[in-house]
Amino acid sequence: MLSLTILVPAILNGLLTGAVYGLVALGLTLIYGVLHIINFAHGALLTAAMFAAFFAHRLLGLDPYLAAVVLTPMFFVLGYCLQRFVIGPAAHGEDRNVLLVTLGLAVVIENMLLYAFGADTRTINLDYAFRIVDLGIAFLALPRVVGFGVVLAVTLLLWLVLSLTDTGKAIRAVAKEKLGAQLSGIDVAHIYAVTFALGTACLAIAACLLIPTYYVNPHIGNAFVLVAFTIVVLGGMGSVTGALVAGLFVGVVESLCGLYLGESLGQIGIFVMFILVLLFRPSGLFGERA
Amino acid sequence: MKGASLAHIVLVIAALAAVPLLTASNVVLNFLVVALLVALVGQGWNVLAGYGGQYSFGHAAFFGTGAYVTAILQMRYGVNAWIAFTLGIAGGALVGAAIGALAFRSGLRGSYFALVTLAFAEVLRILASVAPVTGAGVGILIALDLRPQAFQFQGRVPFYWIVLTLVAVSLLIVRLIEQSRFGAWLVAVRENEDAARAVGVDTARVKLAAMTISAAITAAGGGFYAQYFLFIDSGIAYGPWISIAALLAPIVGGIGTVFGPLLGALVVKTLGEIAKLVTGDAPGLDLVVYGGVLILVVAFAPQGIAGLLTSLRLRFARLRSSPPERAHG
Repeated sequence: MLSLTILVPAILNGLLTGAVYGLVALGLTLIYGVLHIINFAHGALLTAAMFAAFFAHRLLGLDPYLAAVVLTPMFFVLGYCLQRFVIGPAAHGEDRNVLLVTLGLAVVIENMLLYAFGADTRTINLDYAFRIVDLGIAFLALPRVVGFGVVLAVTLLLWLVLSLTDTGKAIRAVAKEKLGAQLSGIDVAHIYAVTFALGTACLAIAACLLIPTYYVNPHIGNAFVLVAFTIVVLGGMGSVTGALVAGLFVGVVESLCGLYLGESLGQIGIFVMFILVLLFRPSGLFGERA
Repeated sequence: MKGASLAHIVLVIAALAAVPLLTASNVVLNFLVVALLVALVGQGWNVLAGYGGQYSFGHAAFFGTGAYVTAILQMRYGVNAWIAFTLGIAGGALVGAAIGALAFRSGLRGSYFALVTLAFAEVLRILASVAPVTGAGVGILIALDLRPQAFQFQGRVPFYWIVLTLVAVSLLIVRLIEQSRFGAWLVAVRENEDAARAVGVDTARVKLAAMTISAAITAAGGGFYAQYFLFIDSGIAYGPWISIAALLAPIVGGIGTVFGPLLGALVVKTLGEIAKLVTGDAPGLDLVVYGGVLILVVAFAPQGIAGLLTSLRLRFARLRSSPPERAHG
């Protein structure tokens, strides 16, 4: 048995990782909840955002947390345009087509990055990246603690937007009853695009939180997106709070699996969980019923 | 739409079989072998998705199993290459049946099915990248043994004929399915699963059978890959590239048609080669082209090239028959 002095830091670190997973999954689940599509381009868009954050630092000397302020609106616009002008029109209203179009987008984005920047893995050096927070029982990396706080704030903000603003109400109306929403004068194509944009904006924030302690290469998004799929299914497709809770849960599971089974098999734990949940509880463990 | 006739299949295969008689160029032959390999793998996907409507994003699971079983049986257990290849097909079919049984029993459809197949392929990829029997991260090299009984040949021509034979068999299988009662059930599942069940089609069994056949065809592609290149690792065998190639070829060529995957594979590979020629062999660019083609085809030609040809033919037919119609009216 491992002692508490190893176990507790592992759990806390898992929670910190899980928060960022949760944010990535939040974008995915929001899109699923409203558009009822699985966005297979999510991982590639995360990769693109991480490259953007990387080059914002490398070329413009922009601190990642500052870059988030610029990149989030940019990715919001990018997401809006992608859904409004590419995915929506190309899909002809068929779910199968959406799967294929987002998959095609993923392939294009990922390989354009590969073509432009090569397969090299890149990191940035920040003087605060190795700063640690001493909790007495565990040492935690400062950027990850900051990330945890930001994720909670973003989730709260998103929740407020969805429940208080007119656009938020329209989004929820479309999610519940698309035809009814359309009949009461809501522009469904616009709401779809806004939702997709919100999901993509979440990725820009996640990227800026990841880049201080993580690395970036053209395939990095895949590692996150399968985890995000797991979280989305686990939390109940379309459930925002479910995504966050499931994200934290998956972060801890990964951290513990990594501790007991080693780094590469730690990921297996997630996939096995994913498959089991898909097979036996496709509506999620603690989400609303699909 | 009228199905492909036996004469069409014989004609197309005969035309392709004549290529090595016309040219001995290794470049041409290598290009065609790879294109035919993609056509074979795509035909597997086409059975399940084109006819059955079940979109798999993880056909790498079957390709990789075919490749690994072929390689492992030879190198670790000294099994004859042809027997190993046959068992590789069986292994792929078994994996297909197992995943299908699990997924369809749980009633997974649409996006959920795509997700679960993707996840299974990823699990297999990670397992293959750590398990000692698969050579872990290093991969497996099949020892050079240039004898026909070892499924290895001096030149490319024999490989070309073997993959062409495999493609011919897959065309015949799909034509057989298209004309059979089973095929009709499968199409019924694609068009409306609930309605199919309501009229008495055992949808779960039909889907399972389709998935098993689909996996076997794709696994044959994997086994052939191992023999042709004599090397596989987890990224090649179970990597996402083959899952994407498997669906791209039939979608471009014409989903749910006998010749779609073959047509699509030739077109897609040609575009990839052109992209390479234009830009110099930069990594990633051919895939950018593939992804772009996928989006464009879904957006503008959902029935692929076959669909475009059909609508063109219909238009011609209408043009020719329109004057008498007017006379009648």
